Amino acid sequence: MNTYFQLAWRNVWRNKRRTIITAASVFFGVLLSAVMTSMQEGSYAQYIKTIVNSYSGDLQIHKTGYSDDKVIKNAFVLQPEIITKVKTQKQVTAISPRLETFAMVSGTELSKNVMILGIQPSTEDEITHLSRKIVSGTMLSDDDNAVMTGSTLARYMKLEAGDTLMLIGQDFKGLPVVAHFPVKAIVKQASPELDRSAVYMSVKACQHFLNMPDRITSLVVMTAHNEDVAGAGKSLRSTLGSGFEVEDWKAMNRILLTQIESDRASGAIIKGILYLIIAFGIFGTTMMMTLERRKEFGVLMAVGMKKYKLSMMLLFETVLIGLLGSLAGILGSLPIVWYYVEHPIRLTGQAADSMTQMDFEPVMLFCTEPSIFYTQALIILCFSLLIGFYPMLHVRKLKVNKALRS
Amino acid sequence: MNIIEVRDLYKIYNEKLLPVNAINGINVNFETGEFTTIVGPSGSGKTTFLNILGGLDEPSRGDVIIDKVCINQLSESKKTDFRMKNIGFVFQSYNLIPVFTALENVEFIMQLQGQSKTERTSRAKELLIAVGLGDRLSSRPSELSGGQQQRVAVARALASRPKFILADEPTANLDSKSTENLLDIMEKLNEEEHVTFIFSTHDQRVVNKAKRVITIEDGRVVSDVRK
Repeated sequence: MNTYFQLAWRNVWRNKRRTIITAASVFFGVLLSAVMTSMQEGSYAQYIKTIVNSYSGDLQIHKTGYSDDKVIKNAFVLQPEIITKVKTQKQVTAISPRLETFAMVSGTELSKNVMILGIQPSTEDEITHLSRKIVSGTMLSDDDNAVMTGSTLARYMKLEAGDTLMLIGQDFKGLPVVAHFPVKAIVKQASPELDRSAVYMSVKACQHFLNMPDRITSLVVMTAHNEDVAGAGKSLRSTLGSGFEVEDWKAMNRILLTQIESDRASGAIIKGILYLIIAFGIFGTTMMMTLERRKEFGVLMAVGMKKYKLSMMLLFETVLIGLLGSLAGILGSLPIVWYYVEHPIRLTGQAADSMTQMDFEPVMLFCTEPSIFYTQALIILCFSLLIGFYPMLHVRKLKVNKALRS
Repeated sequence: MNIIEVRDLYKIYNEKLLPVNAINGINVNFETGEFTTIVGPSGSGKTTFLNILGGLDEPSRGDVIIDKVCINQLSESKKTDFRMKNIGFVFQSYNLIPVFTALENVEFIMQLQGQSKTERTSRAKELLIAVGLGDRLSSRPSELSGGQQQRVAVARALASRPKFILADEPTANLDSKSTENLLDIMEKLNEEEHVTFIFSTHDQRVVNKAKRVITIEDGRVVSDVRK
């Protein structure tokens, strides 16, 4: 085998210029594809992280039916044994209760519909890191009867930390409730949607405001790694039984996932075209390397080289050209990706506006997931193996005496 | 002792449309240690005959029996094996593997036979020294003259210790000095090591060295002279 590999390697370099041109086309294709995929996956990871860390968490536990009808009537009493059951799951790193509803915030001149997020500040901070997002004021404590608002909402309502706002809503029984709350802090959320509509208060204050003591709408759960989410979800579903539903971040963000999948699909089409062009480049070279050496193949067969060994050698040649280019492409893409991981691209102008409108920070992040790089080599390997069939078929049909005469 | 028996051999091209009889009923035997040339005008069927003897082409009728094996009845794969073990080839245009050195070219056939590295390197060196190329072991074909390349081809043909060597116009591309040199080497191998050579040639110098001259015309043996 070593001799055939050696022979293939030397044959590849017989026409250096041609091999370099073919490998270069693979190099640029792989480089482009790896950088593009890294940028795509980096952006997706950023979107997901934004969603998970600003609101949804990895998993949420609700009373069954809440995901279809998100009203406080579908709240549940947070029994201590529920907390114990959730905390005993090995993948779970943090949990926090929430009571969510909608209300109207009213100021001296303006009013606006807002999302009320009753949170337990001490545990919520481990999930959404709200304290790090405070731009003025101080973080709520678990017993505070005060609120924090998103910075866009505060600007719209002309509120500052220390001001008071009035909330008008409906309680658990559907009766109107009105209350005044001091604004303890203003937070800047990465998600513009949350920044313009979220009003945070302690879960206790929220339960009191809505006349529903001990009840919550969600128990937010975080896991150590993204890969643990599915396992934790499955385990929680079986532990908690049919009275509860466990939704993961994917189920809670179907629109985002659809957008990511459609973006991935369009990226795959572009990369498919790119790889097709590369494949034709490799095929052209392979075809020339095969047809111009018919006589040589005849000699090799005449002296006793079997067709399958000759085919293997030719397959090696095709794969070598493909792999040379793709390895160079991977090596070339690494410093580029590494640079942009350290220095993400900040978007400006319309691109930034459109990202912001979609609730995301206007920045292009890059991903260093190893699969991005080795997938490119695997794709080229597959194409090379496919193209390698051409010389194999050619050799299979070759007659020694005809080859010797060619 | 007969090493090759050719019985009632025919080769007809375009059998269905416009038949051309390239070989037209040849019956001939070759003995071990012979130094035979096959001569005849262009298109007489010399190369076709040699190709059939070497298992590179199929006869339309008749048999070629080499050391009691009827090679035209072997499968393609078995025929390839048979060639590797029993027949050495020397081609008109040398046909060395261009990316291998002289030593590697000679070693290659032994590698196909599964010989160990030490064994094949030692034999390849020995053969290249025998053909006067002991100082060109690491040269690639492009760095050798035509005569030198043909001597490597002879060494390659001998590498597998074949029962006989088929040489199709081996001197056609060589100058007179190289031809003389090559023929001396082949004659020496024939006399000292009893290597059987069968040539097809137009070259009178080759004919002069031969111990047996078979003349073919229109695919038939018209004379078979032993000197």
